[in-house]
Amino acid sequence: MQLTLLSAVGSLVWGTLLAGMRVGPVPLMRGFGTAYVNIVRNIPLTVIILFASLGLHDTLGISLGAGDVVDSYSFRLAVLGLTAYTSAFVCEAIRAGINTVPVGQAEAARAIGLSFTQVLFLVVLPQAFRAAVLPLTNVLIALTKNTTVAAAIGVAEAAALMKDMVENEAQLLLISALFAFGFCCLTLPTGLILGWVSKKVAVKR
Amino acid sequence: MNSVLYDAQGPRAKRRNILYTVLFIAALAALVWWVYASLDEKNQLEWALWKPYFGGDTEAYSAYIWPGLQNTLKAAALAMIIALPLGAVLGIARLSDHVWVRGPATVVVEFFRAIPVLVLMIFGNELYSQYTDVSSDDRPLYAVVTGLVLYNASVLAEIVRAGILALPKGQSEAAMAIGLRKNQVMRLILLPQAVTAMLPAIVSQLVVIVKDTALGGAVLTFPDLLAAANTMSGYYGANTIASFTIVALIFVILNFSLTSFASWLEGRLRRGKKSTGAVLGVQEAAEIGGTAATGAGGTPGAL
Repeated sequence: MQLTLLSAVGSLVWGTLLAGMRVGPVPLMRGFGTAYVNIVRNIPLTVIILFASLGLHDTLGISLGAGDVVDSYSFRLAVLGLTAYTSAFVCEAIRAGINTVPVGQAEAARAIGLSFTQVLFLVVLPQAFRAAVLPLTNVLIALTKNTTVAAAIGVAEAAALMKDMVENEAQLLLISALFAFGFCCLTLPTGLILGWVSKKVAVKR
Repeated sequence: MNSVLYDAQGPRAKRRNILYTVLFIAALAALVWWVYASLDEKNQLEWALWKPYFGGDTEAYSAYIWPGLQNTLKAAALAMIIALPLGAVLGIARLSDHVWVRGPATVVVEFFRAIPVLVLMIFGNELYSQYTDVSSDDRPLYAVVTGLVLYNASVLAEIVRAGILALPKGQSEAAMAIGLRKNQVMRLILLPQAVTAMLPAIVSQLVVIVKDTALGGAVLTFPDLLAAANTMSGYYGANTIASFTIVALIFVILNFSLTSFASWLEGRLRRGKKSTGAVLGVQEAAEIGGTAATGAGGTPGAL
């Protein structure tokens, strides 16, 4: 849960920045944004997370200021990996949202003399976010499920717990049902509530 | 494409853009230098570590990468072959007029869509080890395929359903008007059109399947491409960074060609005259799957 929240906030910020770069006037930033999204989107999350743990920590000794405590550095690296990965999808969702904003809005904003940053942050993005709530919800749900991947580097989240329990206790079906139920409880209501929110905030055109 | 967001640039804006470009290059260069420095500090740039992959020697490829890649592709292909028909059946079942068909299909699809692939894989692994006599060599493959099939079949079911619902209502009304039965309407009229509309979405779901096989390598002991990276880095003297780079590169090439194929297909189908023009794009598919983000679920679904 904590993993989900932190990574969600991180990837929302980084994803928005990336989306801003991708639609901005500076060609190099556009190129960087596009390259980042295309590359990161195509690498399995598992590879990214494992690289964060084995490559960044074990080989390079980067622990993001957590010292040598296994639990806390792998947690931080998991957040880093999830953020890097999810932000590519956030960027795509927001860009799709920007595309739903009618051309007239941006034209009108430019006509009254706003600069690019003003057009983007005052006029286009607020509307784009409202349109992007549904895609972002799906990204969030996917992220919730993706946190299980962190089990691969030893963060004690649901999947790791389940593996331990199943290996130590005999009641496979009961335990699995329990975890399945837990995830249904997390993801299904998120989908329903945010689906309702997205209808509520959608710009009626 | 979004040039509507900013004005055509005058001399001042051009100067400013150049300034931003320079600043951005500086930031990027600082980042690259930092990466270089930290790699160098730990002696990760020594040629010996990268030689197995870029030194013209094929041993690393034939001994580790190729078998790993084969396993990855095998699991992905098996999962695709089983999941596609299953997904189609579930998707059509969800559209059935009978509650007793529609109800269970809906429950199954929603249930498996809500659970991470990894949990399904672990479940499959234990299930096979406790209740069947699948040998322990085959078990990871079975478990990986089971997990992928259960999850992706339900996502594909949603794609199929959305594809059929996206067709104009007149199609099925006209078909019923000329006296076709329900299954003829579905088989002869709706499905052929829906399949063209869904193809790009389906291809992008296949990318998710390829990415998710890596989970099996990390958590179960499935000898796939990712597991090959671990073995290699042990064998060639702890060249973790080089091994992961090469594996990531292979995944990117594999999936990028699939994605490019999907968007090429989408463009082609949109131009084509035969369809009704409704093409379920990659974006919509990502919205259905919620998996685009997952690698483990996608989706981005990876899970």
